[in-house]
Amino acid sequence: MPDLGKYAVEVGAAYGLSAVLIVGLVAVTLWRGKRVKRALDAAEGRRNA
Amino acid sequence: MIRILSRDVALAVRAGGGFGLSLAFFLIVVVLVPFGVGPETAVLAPIAPGILWLGALLACLLSLDRVFALDREDGALDLLATAPVPLEGVALAKAGAHWLTTGLPLSLAAPFLAVLLGLPAPGHLWLAVSLLVGTPALSLIGTFGAALTVGLKRGGLLLSLLVLPLYVPTLIFGADVARRGAEGLALGPPLALLGAVTAGCVALLPFATAAALRVSLR
Amino acid sequence: MQTEMSLWSYANPTRFMATTRPLLPWLSALAAACLVVGLVWGFFFTPDDYRQGSTVKIIYLHVPSALMAINAWFMMLVASLIWLIRRHHVSALAAKAAAPVGVTMTLVALVTGAVWGSPMWGTWWAWDPRLTSFLILFLFYLGYMALWAAIEDPDTAADLTSVLCLVGSVFAVLSRYAVNFWNQGLHQGASLSLDKEENVADVFYIPLLVCIAGFVLLFVALVLARTRTEIRARRLHALQLRERMA
Repeated sequence: MPDLGKYAVEVGAAYGLSAVLIVGLVAVTLWRGKRVKRALDAAEGRRNA
Repeated sequence: MIRILSRDVALAVRAGGGFGLSLAFFLIVVVLVPFGVGPETAVLAPIAPGILWLGALLACLLSLDRVFALDREDGALDLLATAPVPLEGVALAKAGAHWLTTGLPLSLAAPFLAVLLGLPAPGHLWLAVSLLVGTPALSLIGTFGAALTVGLKRGGLLLSLLVLPLYVPTLIFGADVARRGAEGLALGPPLALLGAVTAGCVALLPFATAAALRVSLR
Repeated sequence: MQTEMSLWSYANPTRFMATTRPLLPWLSALAAACLVVGLVWGFFFTPDDYRQGSTVKIIYLHVPSALMAINAWFMMLVASLIWLIRRHHVSALAAKAAAPVGVTMTLVALVTGAVWGSPMWGTWWAWDPRLTSFLILFLFYLGYMALWAAIEDPDTAADLTSVLCLVGSVFAVLSRYAVNFWNQGLHQGASLSLDKEENVADVFYIPLLVCIAGFVLLFVALVLARTRTEIRARRLHALQLRERMA
């Protein structure tokens, strides 16, 4: 860990909050992508069956 | 166009048209402010221009969802779309009628409400002037928002969310004119900018409103 | 077989899906690599600023996210125009897909800006013109996304949100100048501004460039992935309608 001095809380909060937001966005993107793909595959399957 | 305008004004003034409602809302907001921040003139007077502008802005917002909704329900909007008047003209007339029934009375009532908030004397005139110049922009922007949401069942709340951020420039310049007027400062630049915002809205927004209406009526 | 290749051929949904499928993993990996390298470099291996102390490390998040917050809106504006003029469905869906990414970037820029401001200005929130402009941009994103969510018919939604995006862009620029007019800034620009650091020294500048590249790639990868999802969702919607009719 680098020595963040007296601003450790601020720098940590900035990186932590940003990580939460960006990881959350990526997770939501992947999760919705998977869900929609599965539903579409199921619908295509029903149509072709 | 003139007939659409006069018809809308007549409908609004008639009972149940909501003409008095926005004025009453404006009065109530202004009366509530001292309960929130205390009755001292030293506190009230500096924030009076901002409060009055905000109150007028919110009062404008109240009647927006009925700009097109009533005409949509009884099918008049479809008739207007096929009328010989271009839809841009309809949009302009609708915004004009909204301004005549909300913006204009609010501007004229504001100086009297300013007395309640202890606004110093030269401020009353400039408050009314700033509202007279600025509220047409509010009506035009609001009409655009109403055109975007006319096809939706519960458009009212969404309408506020869409329209309020668009009100930022008008509010900044308008409140600044009123504030400088009350403090006796030079107010040429903000007044010119406020006029420019309104002029730009008059020139451009009817086209956007008409485009949105065409999509909504499809 | 059409041999003429133009940019517009990618606007065909099937082509778009086929082209982006092999591209996406590479883009994602590159974005992740740039972000990891840039942020680790910036966080661990850059010196503290003599005046701002370690808070200078926040620029590795703040500057790239602020850039992408604006560029995302700009991309939405271009995509909306393409939809209105050429009626390419992928374009409308890409604009829809970019909005949540843009709003997250705006939020990151706001949070890091406020956190950076707390020791510099002694308060978590100051109505600094730039921070205020980003807050207004955030509201524009919210309105745009809310309008997409509220309208059922996809083409109507695409049309109306495009018109809103156009008008919103004009008013966003106008608000930027109005906000500058309203508050010229409590803090004299350059002496405390983040931008000054960009010009100071390569020790800060190079990792910052890597981070910006990472954010750009992340944005592109996310928008591509989300556009693919939107295309699938639209096809699914169409299939479900057909099933219900049958």
